[in-house]
Amino acid sequence: MLNQLRRSPKGTIQALNILFLLFLSGGAFYALKAFHTFMDVYEMIILVGSVGFFSWLGWSWHHIKKIMILAFVFSLLAIGLYKGVLTNNQEIFFLKYFIASQSAIMWMNVLFILSLFLYWLGLLTKSGLIDNFASSFTSSAVVFGFIGLLVRWYESYLLGLDIGHIPISNLYEVFILFCLITSLIYLFYEEKFNTKKLGAFVLIIINAAVGFILWYTFDRNADGIEPLVPALQSYWMKIHVPANFLGYGAFAFAAMISVAYLFSTNKILSSYLPKLDVLDDLIYKSIAFGFIFFTIATVLGAIWAAEAWGGYWSWDPKETWALIVWLNYAAWLHYRIVKGLRGTILAWWALIGLVVTTFAFLGVNMFLSGLHSYGQL
Amino acid sequence: MLVFLGIASIIGTILKQNEPYESYIIKFGQFWFEYFQNIGLYDIYHNIWFLTILLFLVLSTTLCISKNSPSILRDFFDFKDSLEEKSLLSFSHHLVLENKSDVNLTKVLNYLKQSKFRVREKPKDNGDLLIVAKKGNYQPLGYIFTHIGVVVICLGGLMDGNLIFKTQELLGYKKIETLDIPASKVPEESRLSINNPSFRANMTLAEGSSGNVAFVRVKDGYLVQDLPFKITLKDFRINHYSTGMPKSFESDLIISDPELPNEVKKTISVNRPLTYKGIAIYQSDFQDGGTTLNAKLRSLFQSSPPQKIQGKIFEKVKLDNDQLTFEFNDFKKFNVLKLKEGEKEKSTNVGPSVTYKVRNNSGQAREFITYQYPIQIDGRLFFVSGVRETPQQDFRYLKIPADSNSSLDEFLLFKDALQNKSLVEDVARKIADQSATINKNKDLKGPFEDSVNKLMTLFSAGGFSKLAENIDNNIPAIEKEKAVQAYLKIIDIASSELYKKQVNLLNKELDQSQILFIQDALNAYSDMFFYGTPYYFDLTSYEQIEASGLQLTKAPGQFWVYLGSLSLILGIFAMIYLHERKLWLLIKSKGRVILAYSSNRKNVDFDRDFEKLTKEMQEII
Ligand code: HEM
Repeated sequence: MLNQLRRSPKGTIQALNILFLLFLSGGAFYALKAFHTFMDVYEMIILVGSVGFFSWLGWSWHHIKKIMILAFVFSLLAIGLYKGVLTNNQEIFFLKYFIASQSAIMWMNVLFILSLFLYWLGLLTKSGLIDNFASSFTSSAVVFGFIGLLVRWYESYLLGLDIGHIPISNLYEVFILFCLITSLIYLFYEEKFNTKKLGAFVLIIINAAVGFILWYTFDRNADGIEPLVPALQSYWMKIHVPANFLGYGAFAFAAMISVAYLFSTNKILSSYLPKLDVLDDLIYKSIAFGFIFFTIATVLGAIWAAEAWGGYWSWDPKETWALIVWLNYAAWLHYRIVKGLRGTILAWWALIGLVVTTFAFLGVNMFLSGLHSYGQL
Repeated sequence: MLVFLGIASIIGTILKQNEPYESYIIKFGQFWFEYFQNIGLYDIYHNIWFLTILLFLVLSTTLCISKNSPSILRDFFDFKDSLEEKSLLSFSHHLVLENKSDVNLTKVLNYLKQSKFRVREKPKDNGDLLIVAKKGNYQPLGYIFTHIGVVVICLGGLMDGNLIFKTQELLGYKKIETLDIPASKVPEESRLSINNPSFRANMTLAEGSSGNVAFVRVKDGYLVQDLPFKITLKDFRINHYSTGMPKSFESDLIISDPELPNEVKKTISVNRPLTYKGIAIYQSDFQDGGTTLNAKLRSLFQSSPPQKIQGKIFEKVKLDNDQLTFEFNDFKKFNVLKLKEGEKEKSTNVGPSVTYKVRNNSGQAREFITYQYPIQIDGRLFFVSGVRETPQQDFRYLKIPADSNSSLDEFLLFKDALQNKSLVEDVARKIADQSATINKNKDLKGPFEDSVNKLMTLFSAGGFSKLAENIDNNIPAIEKEKAVQAYLKIIDIASSELYKKQVNLLNKELDQSQILFIQDALNAYSDMFFYGTPYYFDLTSYEQIEASGLQLTKAPGQFWVYLGSLSLILGIFAMIYLHERKLWLLIKSKGRVILAYSSNRKNVDFDRDFEKLTKEMQEII
């Protein structure tokens, strides 16, 4: 399907791009017109900015445009079906079984699990067809995930106008975000490097997150929507959290590619996997990408902290660990760039980097308490 | 190369060393956290480790910049158009084409421009032509931006790191105050001047009060920060969601500055601070500001009438006849509790609570928390009060069943009955009578009456645990089970009778809710003996006064930190996403063409670029 589209005449893609831009602007314009009384200036700037960002994303990467369009259309459909009544998610068939947020997220989970199996099957049988299936499954999972989050955003407003907020405020929600961002990063490189063999590895970490989501849902019943505590009521959340997860996602991706790299150097599956220097390059690129966004997120976090807690740096455990993660990857980049280090050591280091990152992401919430207490386990 | 190796090892040491230090700081932070939990903030700007690390980082990065920048800048401005054939041939990526006498120059130049190169032509004296082309040459500048950014951030951080006080303390001019004395009495050596360039301090204002000093918490003491203006708290509000969770904390502030004719009025809330005269004022927390309380003390062990007392948070009330002192510590108007653990139960607001200590004559105290209104537990309403001996313990709760008027009265009546000897005797006699009529056996009546009486007296004096003790001491193990059953049954029956008597329900059947009430009342009665005070604190009314916790920050380094961050981000972007490329094309008059290609990063992308370039060049030339 991808190849087909790439071959399609440039004109069609251009037209689609413009349509997409119009579609996004229309949505934003409607939101501004209908809800401007609920928004402050910064939120309007973010709204307009996100139109710019998403259309730029769509223009430069065709695949994500399709994902976004599908997600938006289905979310709008869900909103239409809800008709402003929350209990409709039990009444209306299509909502109940497909696109109410909880159901969409379940579909996302299922599709991710299936993708993992398919990618491994494709890898071991060297079957391009199965790989293609796996890839489409992953894309569909992403679509469902986005529907889940968007509809959840809407549902939160149905709970109460003052309760409504963007669904990136607790661990359950950000885990979904993590799955989505990591898979998008993967899909991007999959297309760019034309290799579907790495999905088998990347989908492992995504499925770990899926496992967490499932545990969180069924064991902890933590999938409910909670109102925001005062400290989180800020437009900063809308940029700080996604930027952070672009970082986490990229680091996780790099770590899984490192696993593939280490397999390959040890002659495990090496004939099935892309060449070593391709993997090496991928690891570098994704860590560099993650590093930028992690830097941005940390700086934004500092600015937000200055506004919410009265100081841009408080040595809150989360902050300190963000610094540790950051220094770790800064060191990684230096060793690679300055010293020209390559290969196994850096791959191991990227893998250890993931452990450090995971601790910053989860461990801090579990073992240390501080100002960032929004997502206690 | 050697220089680079050296640089790298320095970086390695810095960064590797950093991490243990950081984790060290975290542990330190945890330790501090215990102390500063109530303000929720602890900063380690004062930590000597932090300052050393910062200085080390600043120094080494500065060194690194000064080492590398000159060559980078030279490269940036220099087109390097003086290279000779020999040096071009020594490039790792080069290409030599022979027998090209008719090079189409315009085509080549166009191609280079299309590939976004900046091009310069330099004819040589010997008739050769050297074409130099560059692109992405902002990339090396990214190095400078990034590392200067790091230095600027660290310096900004140092500016706000309380260095002045630190040095003054080292030199012995200043000292941390550890005594709990009024701010005005704090001596000069523990005060920070109005002109202090940077600080992070806290102040607590009760509604209606004002202040012009703030406190900087340091280690186990504090410093007094004088402010150039006075802040008055007009009102403090907490808004709630429909679920009862807090939605916002807001303070209406009035700032009076002797230099200003008018006062500044402003409402601040979390995420919406006010900055005045370079001092940012944040909503940080809140507490009670001296709420007045009116309460009745309900005696648990005597049938005396309720005793009215009036108290105030942070003040003490002494009961002369009991030699007990009530110390009121906190009042909360809203308490949002999740009453069922773990289930998808919504949290509910159970209303006001008072936290207080009851201290006896010998100075020992227990801490209590009492909720004003009954709380629904398992579908029934209970007055709930917790007690603990030390702050580390969890509260143990006394749950007294509320009657149908949601009051304590019925329980207290019932308790009176249990403690009333003659009533208990009456009931014992009545039960013995009934049992004798049913069993048609008059001989057992006397002993039965006695044992009911004894049982009830035991229970009345110490609840179930007293009974258990009695059973343990007097009854052989095999018969225990049976005895317990019998005892409980008797207590049930006797209690029902007592209850009926007290609430005028004699000769009527009790309904299910009344039976449950009696059960709950018996449990509560038993627990009373572990409650630790002879009074139940029954809050009747209050007048709430809140206090707002403000944080005041002056951080001149903030600007520099932000500027440095911007430079850092731009620099990283430049380094990672711009690709520096340099190309030399030497067209010799004898038909030889030499192409050399270089970049400061020789990676996969560069190789790929070179391949593409050479292929396309060969086609053109
Ligand atoms: C916390 C401190 C530091 C941070 C955050 C930092 C950050 C960075 C980053 C992000 C890069 C770019 C990596 C890439 O292109 O992928 C870089 C490159 C570099 N850094 Fe640092 N750095 C720091 C300290 C230092 C120090 C102390 C030195 C020297 C002793 C140094 C020397 C270099 C050099 C030589 C490069 C390569 C420049 C190039 O070839 O483009 N850095 N640094």
